[in-house]
Amino acid sequence: MIRALHVVRCGPGVTVQDMGRAGRLDDGLSEGGAADRLALSEGAALLGQPVEVAALELAGTDAMLRAIADIRIALTGAPSQARIDGEPITFNTSYLLKNGQTLILGYAVRGNYSYLHVGGGFDTPPLLGSRSTHLAARIGGPVRPDSLLPVAEDPGDRIGLTLDVRERYGGGVLRVVPSFQTEQFDAGMLARLSETRFTRHSHGNRMGVKLAFEGAPLNARQQLDILSESIVPGDVQIVGEGEPFVLLGECQTTGGYPRIGTVIPPDITLIAQARPGDPIQFRFVDRAEAMIAYRDYRGLLSALPRAVRPYVRDPHDIPDLLAYQLVGGAVTGKEEESHGGVEDDGFGRP
Amino acid sequence: MTEVERWPRIRDIGLAGKLVSFGDTLSDSANRAALAFRAAVEAERWEGIEETATTLVSVYLRYDPLRLGDDALDERLAALLDGKDWRAMPLPRGRTLWRIPAVLGGPSGPQFIEAASCAGVDAAQARRDVTEARLRVLTVGFAPGQPYIGELPERWNIARMTRLNPQVPGGSLVVSIRQLIIFSGPTPTGWRHIGKTAFDCFRPEAERPFPLSSGDEVTFREVTGEELDYIRATDLSGNGGATREKMK
Repeated sequence: MIRALHVVRCGPGVTVQDMGRAGRLDDGLSEGGAADRLALSEGAALLGQPVEVAALELAGTDAMLRAIADIRIALTGAPSQARIDGEPITFNTSYLLKNGQTLILGYAVRGNYSYLHVGGGFDTPPLLGSRSTHLAARIGGPVRPDSLLPVAEDPGDRIGLTLDVRERYGGGVLRVVPSFQTEQFDAGMLARLSETRFTRHSHGNRMGVKLAFEGAPLNARQQLDILSESIVPGDVQIVGEGEPFVLLGECQTTGGYPRIGTVIPPDITLIAQARPGDPIQFRFVDRAEAMIAYRDYRGLLSALPRAVRPYVRDPHDIPDLLAYQLVGGAVTGKEEESHGGVEDDGFGRP
Repeated sequence: MTEVERWPRIRDIGLAGKLVSFGDTLSDSANRAALAFRAAVEAERWEGIEETATTLVSVYLRYDPLRLGDDALDERLAALLDGKDWRAMPLPRGRTLWRIPAVLGGPSGPQFIEAASCAGVDAAQARRDVTEARLRVLTVGFAPGQPYIGELPERWNIARMTRLNPQVPGGSLVVSIRQLIIFSGPTPTGWRHIGKTAFDCFRPEAERPFPLSSGDEVTFREVTGEELDYIRATDLSGNGGATREKMK
């Protein structure tokens, strides 16, 4: 039996994403993958499946999709207004999208990248070990309106689960460790990086995000004469005009602009989800402090599958309690009731 | 300190990376050292190393700092570096020699004459410089499968342009700082656009998606625009008429 989602309509910026293609830097291919890795892990936890499973990434766009077969779904990342056949549903919660039902996703209310996860994962053909579209490398491409996305068999059946997720919208303070080119910047420049109140510039994509600020340009001692060297996601590159650019997973693998430091992995999601105008600051941390944060982050990721719990509505939010079925870690079955009727509680629960 | 005393250096790149560099300018010996040292690191199969890659003069290692401590890795790298003259190491075995057809100058290479004049040679000498040299893929990077090929004679140490070429098509041949690049895809660039090939650097669906590897050797064979069109129409492998030969 065919299992698929029919993308009835969508804007640009919808791609299939998984954890990317790490391991091909020597061939010049950056890892790519979901811009918000944490959101990918959250979706996998909600549906009780491996983190390698592919999801749909929506970057600042809306979409309408119709189920062909009963498909479990969960939405994570940048919260938006979402409805199944007109009934609002909540982010970070698993539902059953029944055969023929329509899911409508609005524009994100906060953040940039929303994710639609399906039970079994999207079954588009893998290339070089991943299903991720890599726009910069021209691997795959944006999902087009009126296309069919195959969905793999789903070994799981639990729905009605939810997860408390880490708040990560509206910018914030990015922790930065010194990197091999930090020494190219004098103490004054390093102090300015820490003291300046940046905002996310309107220019940004899956390769990187530019930051805007007021004041004189930031510059390395030798801005132009640097030999091209390896780049890692999170690198804060100072481009020719003296503006910082935080590089993300789809960045080039090497570069000749000096890098003042590197945003640590737990904080990359903050910059990926920051919207134009959101405040951003940098704080240099030493390796010991960064390792504590990194260990916590890895611990958080590995604990996600155990952190899901039954979704129980606050009775105050429900106008007529009797009209709703309270689902608590329900199991989908042939006789399963629709979980429509669960109303919007503000989206993007912290 | 002399160049040899300052290098190699082991430095952090992010929280989960090390960069072992053999210089801060490109030289044939530093590039050889990087290629040889990467092969040595790969052969060690240290637990916790997730990936290695070479750049022009460095080896990048990505590792899991929860499995392999930062200090422990520094020590291992220092021990492996110690006692060997990496700059004098032979190039890795099993490399490939490529002979790649290219159109130089004309509409396919609008900045060929300008580049030649920057190098202080006439067009005929520029053609000889590009086609007679046995060059090496110094590194693959920036974009998938994209080779940095060198080094051309010293006179080709011409700077990148401050004003970018807004868009150069994939397969283009560009030159700067004694190196040639065959572009993997269309891109803006500060390098001068001197020619075109039908060589596809990245073939996602092919058995060998990345045909070129660091250390491979390359010569260019000049062809006319018509010949390249014919090659493009008849060679569907992505090689663009290039021949390959296993080096011993």
